[in-house]
Parts: sequence; structure tokens; C-alpha cells
Amino acid sequence: MAAPRVLVLRAPGTNCDEETAYAFEQAGGITERVHVNRLIENPALQDRYQILCLPGGFSYGDDIAAGRILATKLRQYLAELVDAFVHGNGDRLVLGICNGMQVLMRLGVLTEGIESDNHAPATLDWNDHGRFEDRWVDLVVDETPCVFLKGIERMYLPMAHAQGKFVAAGPKVIESMQQAGRLAVRYANGDHGKVQNEPLPFPINPNGADANTAGVCDASGRVFGLMPHPERHIDPTQHPFWTRRKTQPSQGDGMAMFNNAIEWFS
Amino acid sequence: MPLWQIDIYPAEGQTDREGLRTQEEIHELGLHDSLQVDFARGFLVQGDFAHDQAVQLAQTLLADSVTERSVVAIAGQDSLNEPPGDNMTLVNVLPKPGVMDPVAASTIAAAKDIGFDVHAVRTMRKYWLSELDDTVLDSICRRALSNDSVEQVIVGPLEMDQLDVGEPHDFKLTTVAIRELQGEQLEKLSRDGQLYLTLVEMETIRDHFISIGRDPTDIELETIAQTWSEHCSHKTLAGRIHYRGPGADGTPEADERQYENMLKETIFAATQSIRKSLGEDDWCVSVFKDNAGVVTFDDEYHVCFKVETHNHPSALEPYGGANTGLGGVIRDPMGTGMGAKPVCNTDVFCFAPPDTDPTTLPPGVLHPRRVMKGVVSGVRDYGNRMGIPTVNGAVYFDPRYLGNPLVYCGNVGMIPIGMEEKEVMPDDLIVAIGGRTGRDGIHGATFSSAELTSESESLSGGAVQIGNAITEKMVLDVLMQARDRGLYSAVTDCGAGGFSSAVGEMGEKIGAEVWLEKAPLKYEGLTYTEIWISEAQERMVVSVPPESWEELRELCESEGVEAAVLGRFSPTGRLTLTYHGQVVGDLSMDFMHDGRPPIIRDAVYHPQPTTSVDLPALDAKGHADVLLKIMGSLNVASKHWIVRQYDHEVQGGSVVKPLVGPLCDGPSDAAVVRPRIESRRGLVMSCGMNPHYGDFDTYHMATSAIDEAMRNAVAVGAAPDKVAILDNFCWGYTDRSETLGSLVRAAIACQDMAVTLGTPFVSGKDSLNNEFSFNDADGKRQTIAIPPSLLISAMGQIEDVSLAVTMDAKEADNVVFLVGQTKSELGGSHLLLNLGMSGGQVPTVDQPLAKTTFEAMHQAIQNRLVRSCHDLCEGGLAAAATEMAMAGGLGMALDISPMAATGLAATETLFSESNTRFLCEVTSENADAFDKLFAKAGVSAIRLGVIDDSGQLAVTSADQTVLELDLAAAKQAWLEPLNW
Repeated sequence: MAAPRVLVLRAPGTNCDEETAYAFEQAGGITERVHVNRLIENPALQDRYQILCLPGGFSYGDDIAAGRILATKLRQYLAELVDAFVHGNGDRLVLGICNGMQVLMRLGVLTEGIESDNHAPATLDWNDHGRFEDRWVDLVVDETPCVFLKGIERMYLPMAHAQGKFVAAGPKVIESMQQAGRLAVRYANGDHGKVQNEPLPFPINPNGADANTAGVCDASGRVFGLMPHPERHIDPTQHPFWTRRKTQPSQGDGMAMFNNAIEWFS
Repeated sequence: MPLWQIDIYPAEGQTDREGLRTQEEIHELGLHDSLQVDFARGFLVQGDFAHDQAVQLAQTLLADSVTERSVVAIAGQDSLNEPPGDNMTLVNVLPKPGVMDPVAASTIAAAKDIGFDVHAVRTMRKYWLSELDDTVLDSICRRALSNDSVEQVIVGPLEMDQLDVGEPHDFKLTTVAIRELQGEQLEKLSRDGQLYLTLVEMETIRDHFISIGRDPTDIELETIAQTWSEHCSHKTLAGRIHYRGPGADGTPEADERQYENMLKETIFAATQSIRKSLGEDDWCVSVFKDNAGVVTFDDEYHVCFKVETHNHPSALEPYGGANTGLGGVIRDPMGTGMGAKPVCNTDVFCFAPPDTDPTTLPPGVLHPRRVMKGVVSGVRDYGNRMGIPTVNGAVYFDPRYLGNPLVYCGNVGMIPIGMEEKEVMPDDLIVAIGGRTGRDGIHGATFSSAELTSESESLSGGAVQIGNAITEKMVLDVLMQARDRGLYSAVTDCGAGGFSSAVGEMGEKIGAEVWLEKAPLKYEGLTYTEIWISEAQERMVVSVPPESWEELRELCESEGVEAAVLGRFSPTGRLTLTYHGQVVGDLSMDFMHDGRPPIIRDAVYHPQPTTSVDLPALDAKGHADVLLKIMGSLNVASKHWIVRQYDHEVQGGSVVKPLVGPLCDGPSDAAVVRPRIESRRGLVMSCGMNPHYGDFDTYHMATSAIDEAMRNAVAVGAAPDKVAILDNFCWGYTDRSETLGSLVRAAIACQDMAVTLGTPFVSGKDSLNNEFSFNDADGKRQTIAIPPSLLISAMGQIEDVSLAVTMDAKEADNVVFLVGQTKSELGGSHLLLNLGMSGGQVPTVDQPLAKTTFEAMHQAIQNRLVRSCHDLCEGGLAAAATEMAMAGGLGMALDISPMAATGLAATETLFSESNTRFLCEVTSENADAFDKLFAKAGVSAIRLGVIDDSGQLAVTSADQTVLELDLAAAKQAWLEPLNW
């Protein structure tokens, strides 16, 4: 099959689009960075792509709340596009990184099918300490249908956000999401830490997230959002202490996610 | 039309984070020990809809259904005034009308998107406080909850029924009868109009208008004042100066020099001489002429760098000042050549100690802790939102920065080869892109050139602004596309002086006519003069061939960026300003740009005579105690609280981060980034500064600063033969010949050192008159002047980033070398500061030896002989060894006996701050090769000991222990002071 085409969505304030597109290209994808206004003018554009990626940044300044305005815009003007990628024939992928995850959470696609009364099943709140933080975190992958995480056990990636604390509306939400493998990737204690629901202390769990959740997928595993940045660890010299290693790996931990996405189509 | 108020509180069971933060801040500022605070954020929404719709707006757009709850009512209704808990005192804080409110602007757009008929929005904050007496409440409101210069406070229920939008402006042409004025009257006109021009300048203007037989209009006078301001023309440093300073042997006033243009004959001259000696290999591309200095990078790109200060606005409104400071300097590379893409930021701050007793603050001064928090947040929010990594910086503390904190912001941009020049073509259209023009930032250029006083806040509040980074990001997105499509012939940023400076500079050689009513405005009511000089943020001016305008307009519109034609660069040699067809200003470009009378000043400098220091006898424990104090002193202490608030990895090019080592907490000497993600070539960013040395001799302060910036860059792997440097002089009142003398002496040092090292200055900036005046309790006028503060920023390059070296110790049993000469130089050192002593010899630089040392150090790194490398600065050898071992999670054992030949006492060896020194870790296999390389270069490299895994720093001399320090304790002391 021809190389899959990746739609990297831009909006005012998106700022990780170039390096994210680069990571997909390194994995063998063909990428186009497209402004949300172009899609609103011409929703049929979406037919060109197999993967929708919402990269990091501060869409619309994260004004009101992170990702809220772009999510509102997508719901208002591009509901069909979102539906085609999220549901459709089940043959496409969606990845939201950092601000992209915030948008997917506000849209509700990451928690779809999870029951809760009257309000969203979960949200992303301010980090416990209330401010933006750039920090490398150890991650461990739970048993999950997530396409992007296939064969990956652990990753070391940087997080860089202010509003990334996963908050579930109650213990039932955690339970049903976990059982379905949807709390796909968790903050872990060092490079041997295991998946656990008991909250780990700062800075291991850097924002206070429920069940140490760093990334969430839909029931099919084709739609995935995570707060840490895999595109910032595709080269060995992006690792924060690569100078301590005597030999360098060929690529950084995050690259496997992009490879998985492209390979899914082969 | 109803005015809805939507208050958003944390939902039941959720933490009130903002309330707790505010409570803590009130406590930290010494205003109240245990005040309870409940917080809500609020939106005032003017719109034509009913209650159920307002509730829907709150639930779908404004509040989070899991973590928040909202209260919705018509503004003023009782339900909004019901306290959420036991705290009954309500304080509302709102941005003043006209102040940038980005969230409000986004809310209007988003609400309209989903079908709400919203006309106006203002955001607000609500604080519910426990019972307080009026004076305490007042000071909490002013000092913790709000900032007078941009916000208003309403205690008790909010009574409002509509949001202000400006009134239309009634046009009235104002002329100023300057031709009849003399002496004091001219000075009064300058002062009252906030023109900040000198008498001689006012007389020149008067005579000009007498010669053309009419009086100026207000806008003409303002235009001249902007163009002639210190901020825009650097008239003091580029002026005529007669200087007398110490001779080479120290003879007072033996060095006498006469400058026609001081900057040109020192700093620029150094660059010219370096470029000449490089000949065909000259790697400078465009220096001291554009918005940023440009040098070569690789076969496809050049790189440019600019550092600016935003001191005065940051003193009054730290968040907004620093926010727009960074936003402004990012526009410099964007406005360099045909436009560069920003790839990283730098920031350096100077504050008074954050533990300053709040009761000792002079009137009109914000507490330094609040200044620091505001400045850091301001830089954070702009840099992070722009998606530009902030990779390097420093913070210095000194009580003399109390009234005048310093905020230096830098930005680096990449520019395709062939795009480094620009030329406005006659009859090009003048097009403004980006943010709208408002009444914000009026008189920023002239205000920044004046001395701050305790009254500045009320006088110049208009000069303070809040930025909107997303607008600038949107401008950047379209600007890069327009550049690549060739839609304009020149670009510049709108900075100080607004359109008046941008259009004035671009049209200097051609002429320009400007139709002021065409500028898109934030609100009605601006006068033609306000439109012309407003420094509203996030605007760029491009010069557009008429045939390209339609395509540019469409491109901007496609990404929601506003663009408007403001006029034309008409080949008249004149600047003609009209408002709805009526001429309101008509000046000759020649008079504006060449008419300013030269400033002539005397400068004299007498360095502090060197005095000897009687060091106390310190044993191993004594050394450990003072070293712990040094590690915990504010200048040395970890800045992780700041660093981690900045995204230093966006754009994916990070190679050496600000924090290094296995725990990501070691203080890196410099940053390395790959500005092109597909390439292995790196940029190295570093800086050097030490205001304490300036108290002894500004010559040695300046050479030390250049040395520090260089050794930081070289330590991580930069090639020393291709380092571009920038100067930023922040000084006191340079009308005083002694103060100016201290600056000229520093400039001479810059010239000497740059030429010797072959490191050209490519850009620079000065900020003068950084003094703060107030009336003390006895009614006496007091002035605090900042210490001479020269920041040197360096931008180096590294051919292959895999050669980069970090400062954290890597492995036990590796050998430790000290490179460079240690002398008895404790003047201004952290040892003496922490012992409460003064005097001593300030560190000097052996300039030719420094050049050789940097070359040898680089060669060793190129040969891959160096496992880790750390520069020696504050705290000398002892602090560098501590940092290196601590960052690697290891230990170190040193024997300083080999240094006995220097004749220095152990205390001096451990703590001297001599320049041009590195501490290096080398594997035992490579130790001999390392040794030989330095021996051959004639540079001292002494084998002092080994890395171990003891978790201790142990130093012996002739079998005697002279220092023993537990590194866990050192780390604790180092992390603690600024761990906020």
C-alpha cells in the first residue's frame, strides 16, 4: 500500500506541527500541515488522509481552557470530519499530542462510551502545582488495544504543559476505562516502575493525574491522546542525558509510536 | 442589552488552587499571615440572549463540567454576591478599559462561532477574603491582588450595566506655538508632553520651525521626539564624548580619548577590524544595521540574534513588561532582512533579593518577589505560546535593582541565504499586519529613556501593556509564507515609537505618506497622534508592491490575520501624515533623521583602588561552611523553578538542555540546539555578566563578562573562532560624567577583548538612566542607581552536535583536570560576599592567553578527550567541583598540592574567581593525550584528582584535608532558596 497521508492540523497557536510532521515523515508517512480554516472551507479535503494528527501548542491561546476553543470549533464546523476519522469505516487513525490530547478530551472522543451522570466522564485539569512544567517522565504502557503503543513497554519522554492532569469523574470511570485498556499509558517510577492506580508522588506523576494517567485511547485503540511529547524524542541527542551514554541508539523512544502508526496501514 | 456575569468556582471537592496560591502570596509579601481566600474567575458578557442561553454558554464554553461550577446572572444581581464559604469580603479585579484582554477577545469569537450574539466581553477575577480592617484590605488589594497600572479594583458588589467601548473621536488639529518659546518654557513643554527632549534639542526643533515659517502640529513634535529618543537613536553612546580614564599602569586620567561617535569607535570598530582580518573568511553578514545581527550558519541559512531590555515597563507591571519584552524582541528577527524564523529565546534578569523586608520598600516600588514571579510568568506565557524554546538565561540579585529590575530578552532566528537584505521600493504600499492599534503603550520609547520615580506609575501607566502571543504567532505564520512567496520588498517590526518609528525608518531614504484613519483600531476614540505613536503589540509593517497586495491580503485573511494599507512610500523625501484627507503632519526625512544636535559629554573614570584582604584562617570545616553558603546564595542557587516553567524543547532541536545530568538538575554552562531539525549542525547559546566586578573596575567587569560568555560556550563544544557576541549596557544616569565614564571604560574593554579573541559584536542595545528616585520618610529625595550591568550574550556554533559536552561528572575513576591559571583574585568574589568582607583584586583577563586557552580547550573536545567540562565562575574551583560532582550523582577527590607553585593559600585556590578556567573530566586512557595537548599549547592543565562515587567532595593539600563536603547537603542548600 502507498505511504499513508497524515493531516497535521494547524490552528492559531499550534506550535509543534513542524516537528510532529517531521516525525511522521521519518516513519514513512506523507504529511501535510493544514490550517483548520482550510478544512472548514473545504471539508472534502479530509478524504486525502488516513491519519489525523492534532499536534501540541496553545490553540487559540488556550484561552478559557486548554484546547476548549479548537474543540468547540471542530464540533461546530467539522463534526463530520471528526466522525469520519474517529468512527467512519474504522480504517483511520487519530493522534492528539499535548494540546491535541486536550482538544480530543474536550471533544469527548477519548472517553466515548464511558458512562457518567450529567457531565463528561473525565477532563484535563491544571497541574497540581498550578503552573506550566517542562520535565522528562518515565512512562509505562498498560495492556491496551492502542494501535500507536503496539509492542512498546516503556518510554522516556518530555512533558510540557500546564493543564494535563487527568481527572476522572469517579472511581467507576477509572475502573471501566482501565478494564478496556483505555488508560493506555501511565507515569511510572523510574525505568522499572509498573502500572499502578495508586497516585505516585510529584515529580514521578508530574501533574497529579488520576491513576497516573498520561495517555488515553478510545475503545478501538485507533484514537489516542497523550500529554507527553513523543516527537521530542525521536533523535538520540534529544535525550536529556545522552552525553552520559557511551553508545547511542539509532533513535529515541518516541519514534516507535510514529512507526506503529505508519505500519498499521501496511 | 443585558450584561451577564458568569462566575466560575471550583466544583465541590475540588481544590481552590488559585485561592490557595493567593493566600500564600499574601503571606509571602508580609501582608497577612493566615488570610482565607476563595477564588472565582468571571466573565462579563454583553449579549442579546436570555438566562437559559447564558447558562448554556457557561456550561458549553466557559466552565469544565467535571471540575468547576458556575453562577450565572445579570451583573449586579444578588446571586452573584453570595459568598461560596465563610469569607464575606468581595474584591473584584478587572482589566482597565482598553487594556489588552486576550481571553475576552477569544471568548467573543468562540461564542459567536457557536451562535451566541455576543457584543463585548471582559474577564475578571473575584476574591472572597475573611474580615479585614480597611488599611490592610487596601494594601492587599494594591500589592497582592491587582496592579494599578493595568487593573481596577472594586470592593463589594459589582454594579455595572454595560461594558465601555470607546467614543468616536472628534477631529481637531492641534498646533504647538513653539516658535515663541524660550529656555524654561521649552523645557516645560518637553516635560509636560512627555517628550523627554533636552533644551538644546527643543531649541533645534524650534529653530527648524522658525526657518520654515510655521508652528509644528502635535503629531510632528511627537514624531521628532520618538525618532530622537534615547531608545531609538542611542544619542548618548553614539554621541561625542571626551573621556579620561586610568592609564595602562593605573595612572589616573592618563588615558584620554576624544570620540565623535563612541559606539562606532569602540564596539563597531572592533567588529570592523575582525572582519577585515578574516578577509575572505568573514562570517559576519549584516551587523549593526538591521533589527538583529546576522552571521553565516550553513549552505542554506544565516542566523541572527538580538537581545533587548524592557526594564521600565517591567518595574511597573512585571508580567506585562516582561511579556511584551519577549514579544518585542521576537519581532526583531522577524523584522530582520526579509524576515527570520525564531528558533530560540534567552532571558537574563536582575532583581533585588526576594527576601527584602516589605516594610522597607520605597513608595511606588513593587516587592522584588512579586516582580520576579511576574517577570518569569510573563516570559513563560509569551515564549511558550509562540512555540519558541527558551534555552539559556541567568538571574542576578543585588539590592540596587529594587526600583529598577532589569529584564533582558533575546531571540535567535534563521534566515534563508539571499533573504538577509531588504529594500523599500518607491510607491510600495505601507501595510500593517497583525494586532490592532489601541491606546496602549503610548510614550514607551520616550518613557524608557527617562529616569523612574515613585510617581512613574501614575504618569506613564499608558506605557505598560499586556501582550497577546497568539496574535504574534499568527503573524509569524503568515509572514513566513508571504516571504517565501515574495509578496513584499521589506519588513520591520513595530516596536518603540509604533508606526512612527517603523514607517519613519523604512521610508527614511524615500519618503512616505500615511493615511492614519486606515489603521484598524481596537476601539474608537483614538486621536490621530495616538494612532501614530501607539506601541500596541504584535504588529509588523511590510512594504508591498501594489501588484502583490491582493495576494497578501488573501493570505492574511485565510489565517485570520488582519492586514491594512496605511499609505505609500512616495518618493518625496518627506513624511506626510493625513487624517481623513487633512494633512496633520509634514516633515522632511532629513530633519527627522539628521537634524538632531549631537550630544556632547564628558566622561571620567577612577576605578576603586585595589586593597588587600586579610582572609580569616579557615580549616576544612570553615571552607565547607562558606562553600555551603555560596551554593545557597541567590546568584549561584538552582534556577530550576524558572527553567522548568519554560518550554525549552519545543521545535525538537534541544541537544544540551539548561538542566543536565542523570537527575536533570545540573546547571548547564550553555545550551545547544539544532535550529534545523533535519541537520546535525548546532547553535550554542550562552551569556556572561557580573555586576559585582563593576564596583571595582568596569574594564575588568566587561572583559570578565566576555570571558564568561566565551568559556560557557566553549565548555559545551562551540568553536571559539566563530562566536558572535552582543552587548547590552544597562547603566545609571549617564549625564553624570563619572557614570558615563564607567560605561566608556567598559566599552573600551569590549573593544580590546573582542579584537583579541576574534569575537565580533554583531548587535547591541543600551538602556540608560536606570535610577529610581523617591522621597523618603523624612521627605528627603533619595536615589537608587543600579550597578553597571553589562550583559554579554554569545552565539556559537558546533559542526556536529554529537561533539557536545555537558558539565555533569560521568564516571568514577575518571581524572579531573583544572585548565587555566589561578591567581589571587577575590575582589567581588562570592567568598568575600558570603564572609561579609570587601576589597581584594577583581578578576582580570590575560586576553592573549584566553584566546589560546579557548582554542586548546576546543581542540581537546574535538578530539573527544573530554567527558565533562564546567566553567569556573562564582565560587571558583570549590563551587565548580561541587556542581560537577553533584550533577553527576557522584563524588570527587582532589589534591591541590600541585598548585602550591602558585603561592596561593588553600582558601584562595579554592575560591578565587580568576577567569578563563575550566574543570574537566577525562578518562584515564585519555589523560596523557589531554595533558600533552595543553602542554603543547602552553596552557596550564593540572591533574588535580579523580571522580569517585563517594557522594563527597574531598580536597587535600600536602596530605592535609582542606575541604570536605557532603554533596547531598550541598545539593539541598543549592536547590532550596529558589524552590518556590
